[in-house]
This record gives sequence, structure tokens and C-alpha cells, in this order.
Amino acid sequence: MTAARVVGLHVLVLALLFAAQFVVSDYDQLTLTRMMVLAVYAVGYNLLFGYAGLLSLGHALFFGAGLYGAGLAAYHFEAGVPLAFVAGLAASLLVSLLIGLIALRTRGVSFMIVTMMFAQAGFLALLYFSRWTGGDQGLPLPAAARSFTVAGLTIDLADAGTRYNVAVALLAVAIGIGLLVVMRPGGRVLVAIRENEERTRMLGYDVFAHKLKAFVISGGLSGAAGAAYGLMFAYIGATFASIQYSIEVLLFTLLGGAGTLLGPVLGTILMFYLIDKASEVTSAYLLVVGFVLVGLILWFPKGILGTVRDRWARWLP
Amino acid sequence: MRRHASLDFGPFLFLATLEGLVQAAVLTLTALGLSLVFGVMRVVNVAHGEFFMLGAVLAWWVSSLVAGSPALGFLLALVASPLVVGAIALASERLILRRLNYHPESTIVATIGLLYIIQQTTLILYGPDARSVEAPFYFRVEFPDFGYSGYKLVVIAASALLLLGTWFVMRRTRLGLVMRATQYDSETAQAFGIPVGRVYAQVFALGAMLAAVAAVLVVPIQQAHYLMGLDPLLLSFIVVIIGGLGSLGGTVLAAVLIGLSDGILSVFFSPTLAKIVSTLLVALVLVFRPEGLFGKRAR
Amino acid sequence: MTDGVNQARVSRRTALKGLGIGAAMAAAPGFVRYAQAQSSAPIRLGAPFHRTGIGASYGRWYEQVATACVNLINSEGGINGRPIELIVEDDGTDPQRGTEVIEKFAAEHKVDVVFGHLFSHVVAATAPRAGELKIPYLVCSEGHQTAAGAFNRYTFQPGITDVKAQVISMAPWISQNLGRKVTIIFPDYAFGHDHRDYFSQAIEAQGGEVSALIPIPPTETSFTRYFPQIPSDTEVIYHVMVGPGVLTFVKELGEHLGSRRPELFGFIDSIEAVDLASPQLEFLEGTYFWEGHPRYAQPGQSEFDRFYRATVGVDENGASVDDPRDVSTYAHMFSVWETLFVIKQAMEMADYQGPEQKAAFIEALESIESWPESREHPQGEKIFNAAMHQCFGHQYISRVEGGRLNVVHTTAIEDGLYEQEGPDYREMPL
Repeated sequence: MTAARVVGLHVLVLALLFAAQFVVSDYDQLTLTRMMVLAVYAVGYNLLFGYAGLLSLGHALFFGAGLYGAGLAAYHFEAGVPLAFVAGLAASLLVSLLIGLIALRTRGVSFMIVTMMFAQAGFLALLYFSRWTGGDQGLPLPAAARSFTVAGLTIDLADAGTRYNVAVALLAVAIGIGLLVVMRPGGRVLVAIRENEERTRMLGYDVFAHKLKAFVISGGLSGAAGAAYGLMFAYIGATFASIQYSIEVLLFTLLGGAGTLLGPVLGTILMFYLIDKASEVTSAYLLVVGFVLVGLILWFPKGILGTVRDRWARWLP
Repeated sequence: MRRHASLDFGPFLFLATLEGLVQAAVLTLTALGLSLVFGVMRVVNVAHGEFFMLGAVLAWWVSSLVAGSPALGFLLALVASPLVVGAIALASERLILRRLNYHPESTIVATIGLLYIIQQTTLILYGPDARSVEAPFYFRVEFPDFGYSGYKLVVIAASALLLLGTWFVMRRTRLGLVMRATQYDSETAQAFGIPVGRVYAQVFALGAMLAAVAAVLVVPIQQAHYLMGLDPLLLSFIVVIIGGLGSLGGTVLAAVLIGLSDGILSVFFSPTLAKIVSTLLVALVLVFRPEGLFGKRAR
Repeated sequence: MTDGVNQARVSRRTALKGLGIGAAMAAAPGFVRYAQAQSSAPIRLGAPFHRTGIGASYGRWYEQVATACVNLINSEGGINGRPIELIVEDDGTDPQRGTEVIEKFAAEHKVDVVFGHLFSHVVAATAPRAGELKIPYLVCSEGHQTAAGAFNRYTFQPGITDVKAQVISMAPWISQNLGRKVTIIFPDYAFGHDHRDYFSQAIEAQGGEVSALIPIPPTETSFTRYFPQIPSDTEVIYHVMVGPGVLTFVKELGEHLGSRRPELFGFIDSIEAVDLASPQLEFLEGTYFWEGHPRYAQPGQSEFDRFYRATVGVDENGASVDDPRDVSTYAHMFSVWETLFVIKQAMEMADYQGPEQKAAFIEALESIESWPESREHPQGEKIFNAAMHQCFGHQYISRVEGGRLNVVHTTAIEDGLYEQEGPDYREMPL
């Protein structure tokens, strides 16, 4: 019963997002495309932060690994879209496995700083190896890396409508993976770790293995978002791997509600909209990021859907 | 190493060491502030770099108000800028950190928010340009192979003096005693009648003021800019972690080590590479030797 | 959904409501005026300026020049009887945001033309998107990539000469007057790489040699650590730096070198928007700079330069008329003015009325061959190579004398011409 309701809700949300393309303006369609790809990133982030309770300040590293994995494959090796995407995904899985093995030996504040430092080292490395990565300038992807053919169907990522639907599909897959992780017993172990790591260990669970699994799935989803973002908008640049991108995904998740599956999606859409509107008024648009972060942590730590779940809908995953 | 170096190895190393010492001097003061806050309050202040930036920007503002001798404006900035920054820090502590009950993870997120609020407000009020503050005095020291700014040498000396002053406050005054007691065991300190809440506020303000002083010293060499806070923040993290969280002696030692190695690696190889090396070093220290290279094992 | 289904579902009540809204809109004053005189709808120009980030000082002046120039054109009747509406967005001098802003111009603001990007790394990221979105994109940059054929039919550089032509035209003078062993200090990104590559070639073609290349990240704030790499047998230090740290850069260069310095030849970028009277810059006395447009009004100043200065609010020392310490980016910002007049000229040639005529606009622009020195082109005469989408003009070499820059050499346009390297843009599809 609950499972049906949960699946129904998520299908409804995705259907609404799909239908939105028929009513919104060109610009809103473009922004929604970006929002959905970034929402995949936030869904991935939330699996680690919201469910396993591990607050990473370095997820831009995994987003960046996907972005550059895909982008460099397309730019230097002329890989087609599917192959480039797989390269990006593989890069982010590999990086998150390596970082996870090291960083998960710490927790709490140390974990936050360690992930932040690794991400900063990755960002600087992108600048340092500018011969390959384009450094500060980044790389625009060639036109050949913009379209591909699956089963006789040509998909052109330069076309706004196509791009939108690819984003919907990607978000659907991400939410599906999220549901699978959260609804299965493994997901409950993660929550148990978040609530009381020692007790979970004493109950006989391999805490490190569960955390590592969550870390890699989270990194992989972030990387998939990065790869998709690069291929869809035909540009890869170091800005995407900077601290700001690690912090924004935290903000998206906190606003929508950490530990709720749809929270990060809602948070991404709201925050992205807020930032975009603020940027029309002032160059200091990141001011809203500051105020929302402080406001949330002071008065609204559970975010929107976290509060909704506490008050009205306890079945929300 | 690069070919074509104009200087022979000796002078080259000498210049690198000078650059490293200037870096270390400024870094020690900045990192000391961060370390003090962590040591006593057990929280990480991510907005620490913005207090540094505010110190520099306020120094520009104060010195631009004073006509005439640049030294006068600079001295006024050296006093006024840390006071204003301390007041802002005090307000943030009362308005944000205390309400969070100094919860470590919430505090990090909140101070990230504070970082953006300070930085972006500065952008609105001060603008995006980098502005220079005239050094209080200027002379050029002529070494056999190259010239060097005399003011930079004075920065090294001034930092050492300020450091001694901080040490004196911590070891020889009542305020220092209270702080150390709170750091050692805040509950017992409270039981002995130490107003822990007030001590926290004072420590937070003092930490920010140390960053501001460092910034005033450095601004004649570096120009004030609203984005200048990130580098000192990351470097301070590096220093505080390698030195051992909360250990003041370790912090000073680590600042000198990191400042020198960064200066030397930067001159011989590349500044970006130097940053990558120290950033990775920190992550590994935190994982494999969480008490820091110079810290003692936790009690 | 067909109309039939739609109509069937519309109740009488909602239909009336809809009519009411329509009538209210038609009665609103703005609506009526627009409906009656559609041709007076403004021409919308998207201007992505560097309001923040490492290009902020340029961005502020680019915006000031653009605003003054648009006001001038509008006061004289606009373009084809239509006023210009300037829509400015901040790109933070960030390539990533450059790509996002141009999409915003296309999808939300639906502008006719985008113009005004300066920093070459932002241009390099944005130009491919402009081509994909089929939106005319006129850059006010000096990067060589447009002329090299790296972009597309929609990207033009009609307001300022590219780096390659600039350095080719000046290399003979440098090797004859300053020296032949050159150390190049440059910002480590696209624009700096153009200097590294093309000045190296040009000085070697003059029989000179490059004794060292010193790249510096454009976000750097401390420079002394780079200077030990300057070889002691260097005869000329060729420096070009950008970003918020430029003043620190020149100060530290002076500290390091002292009085026993080799000759210095700088691109004005190293001190653009910096007051030459700043403390510790005295060592620059007797050194040389490239200027795209002389900052200090020269003897024999043209009436066009005088008019341009007055209109954009700059005095004869290149500083703001409101604040003599607020020095402009005079050597670059003329390109905004000239580009706006190029847009006007091409739109008038094509009798441009709206975006459906952008092909005609581009073809008109490609039919232009030269511009005389004029009120529209106060920097000087230029020729336009339509195949390369690049203009070529005079360059100025100035010497610091008594705390001001005096022009000592003006290059001929022919000095900077070179063979076309890439494809002919005119053969690309529209």
C-alpha cells in the first residue's frame, strides 16, 4: 500500500515535469532542463548526506569527474555521446571509490574538511593540467559530440526539446535508483548508521562497506549529472569543480529536505530559480545563498519536505 | 627545475626563503585565529577568510579617509580595522553560533552562509575592483642579485611581535587563563564560575581580529579585493590541521613549515602545484594522523 | 489537442473573462502604441559585460561606453527609426557563466545581437554556443581565435585588432629599438597564449630570440616568486598581465629589478585602469607600452577622439571626468563604441526590422571592407577582412615620460596583416 503510494507520487512528479514542456516559455524550458540535471546531482548527494548522515563538502569533485571524464573523451578522443557518458560515469565511480576508501576513515567535522580538501586539490589539478583540461578557459565540445543515434533514432542534444526530455529521463533513472537504495533493507542500514553508528556495528553490520557503497552510488550519480551537463550544454570548465558547486548541492538538499527523496529535486528547482532571479537584480546574487543557508540551519533544519513529512506525511521516503 | 634561471641556486633559494617567511608570517597570525576558535569552542569557522578580507577592505576605507601621510592612515587602520571586524564577529557569534549551541556540523554550514553574506555584502558596498593601500613607508633593499621590498621584511618582524603578544595574553593574563580553562574542559570551567558563553564570544571575536590584523599588514603588498578571503582560509585550514587542531604551538610551527615550503615550491616549481601538494597533505594528515603532525594523541 | 476540443471545453464564463482581459490589454496605453507602430519596437542588444570577476575594471568601463553610445544613437533617431534597448547581464568573467548568459539572451530576452565580450577565455567558451543558437555575436576582445577561423559564421571581431596582428606589427620596432633577447611574462590562458605564440614567432622572424617564457595564472595576487625565472642576459622584458593584481604585478616587478633593469615593453593591460601616478611606479619612467588607443590626449588629437572622450565622460588624461584617480580602460574600450556603430551600419544596410533578417544583417556586415577615421571610429581607420571576420587597425607604442604616456611610434595597418589561416567564414551555412 505504502509502496504503491510512494511509487505513484514519484511517477506523478516526473509526469508533471514531462508535461511542463508543453506550457512553459523557451527560457523556462531551458532553466528546467538545467534544474533537472542538477537535481540528479542533488539526489546523489542526498543519498550520502540525507540517508547515511555523511556531510560532504567536496561533491563537486565527483560532478567534475563526470563532466571532465565525458568532456575529455569527447574532445580529445572524439567519443560519441553514449561512450563519453559512460567514460564520465566510470571516472566518477573510480574517483569516488578511491576518495571513499580514504575519507570514510574519518567522520563528522574531519570528514567535511577531508572531502573539501580533496575536492580543492582536484579543482587545482584541473587548472594545473591546463594543456589537457583547458584550465581556466575550459573546453567547448565539438558539434560531433552533440548528437547520436540509438536504434535508428537520432537524438540531437542541441535541440532544446530533445535535451529537455533527456533530462527528464535521467532524473527518472536517478529517482528510480534512489527509491531502490532507500526502500530496500540496505537503505534502512544507512539510516541506522546515521542515527547510531556504534549500535549498527554491534548489530553485526559491516558499517564501512555500507558507507562505501552509499559513497560510490552518490559519487556515481553526481558524476552522471556532471557528464550529462557537459554533453547537453557543450562546455566543460573548472568552475563546475569549484567549492561553490559543492556548497550549492548541499544548499539544494537542505532546502528541499535532507533525507527525503524528492526534497533535493524541489530544493534544486526553488534555489536555482531564486539565484537566477537574484542575478537579474544584482551581481551579488550569491547573497541569497548565504541568507538561505543561515536561515535554514537556524530555523528550518529539516527543509521543506522534511517538515512536511514530520507533520503530515510520515510515509514519504 | 626550470632552465634559464637567472639567479644562481644560492640567491634563488634566498629569495624563495624570504617569500616563504612573509607568507609564513601572515599565515601564522591568520591560522592562529582559526586555531584559537577551534581549540576553545570546538567549532570550525569557515567564514574566517572573510574576516581576513574585511580587515583588508576596512584598511583601505580607513586609510582613504585620512589625508596626508600614508603612515598615519595605515596606523589608524591597524587599530580600527580589527576592532570593527571583532565587533562584526561578536555579532555573528551572538546571532548565529550561540543559537546553534555550537553544534559542530551545523556551525560549519552556518559559517559557510556567513561567508557568502560577508563576501557579497562587500561586493555591493565596496565593488569588484582591487584597491591598493599605500605602505606606511617604502624602501627597497638591494641584495647583490635582486631587490626586495623593505616593507615585506617589516611584516615578518611585526608578525613575530604580535605573536609574542598573543602568547603573553594566553599564558600570563587572566583572560588567557580563562580561555585555556574553557578549552581544557568547558563543563568544569562552568562549574568553577567561568562565564563560558562570554568566553566563547570573546574568543570568536579575538580569532577574527587576528585575521584582520594579518590582513592590514598584508594589504599594502596585495591590494584589497572582495574575493581575497578564500586562499587564507584554505591555507589556515592546512596549517591548523597539520599543526594539530587547537594546538597553538603546533599551529605556529606548521605555519612556518607550510609558508616556507609553499614559498620555496612556488619559486622552484609552480604555485598551483605547491597548493595541490599541501592540500593533499592535509587530507592525508586528517585521515592517518588526525591529531596533526605536531599534536599529541587525544586524551 | 485540437481547436475543436479546446472550444468545446471553454465555458461561456471563461470565454467572457478571456475577452475581458483582451479588451483591457488593448485599452492599456502601452499596448495600443505598440500595436499601432510595430516598427518602433526597440532593437534589443544583449551585452554580457564583466561586472565582476577578474575583468571587472574593464567591464565597468565597457558598460559606461556602451550606455553613452546607445544614448547618443537613440538621441539621433536610433537604428532604422527604432530605439536601441541595451540589456546588460553580468558574466562574472567566467566562461561557464558566459555560456549560460548567451542562452539567456537567446531564450528569455530574445535579443537581436549580442556584443561586448572581452576576456578571450569567456569568448572561446561562448562563441560555439552563439553559432549553435544562431545569434550574431560581436566580440570586443583581442583574442586571435576569431581571425584564426576557430569559430563560426555568427562570431565577429569588428572593433579591435587581434593580438597576432598587434604583435607582428610591433615586433620590428621592438627588435630595432629595444633589443633582441626577450623574456615574455604573460597570463596563463588563451589571451596570454596568443602573446606567447605570436610574439615569439614575430620576434624570431626579426632575428631575435625568446630567452624565457613565464606564464602566470590570471588570478594570481603575488608575483615576486615568478621573477627569478628572468634570465640575466635578457635585453627586453615583454610583459602583459590582467586581473585584479596588475598593480601589485608592476610594483613587484619594479622592486625586483631596481635601476639595473633591462628594457621594458609592456602591453598597457599590465597597467590598464591603474593611475600612472601611483606610488612605486616611478621605475616605469622611460619604459614602453603598447596602447590600442592612446590614454593621454596626444598633440594633434583628432576632433573625433575629442568628441568620443567628452561623450563617454573621460578627460584628457584618460580618467573619469568625475574623479581624476578613476582611470579608464581607454586602450580597449573604444572597441565597444566602434562595434555599436558597426551594428548600426550593417542594420541600416540590411534595412533590419527583426530577428528574421539576421541573415541579411550578417551578409551586410560581411560586405563591409573598411572604415575611415571618423566620429564612429575614433581610434582610427580600419580595414575589415570579411573572410576572417576580423578588423585591422593602427597600433600605438608609447613611452612613459614625466608620468604620462607619449606616443613614439604608430604602426601602419599593413604591418600587421597576415595570411588567412582558417576557413572562409562566408562559406559556412547561415
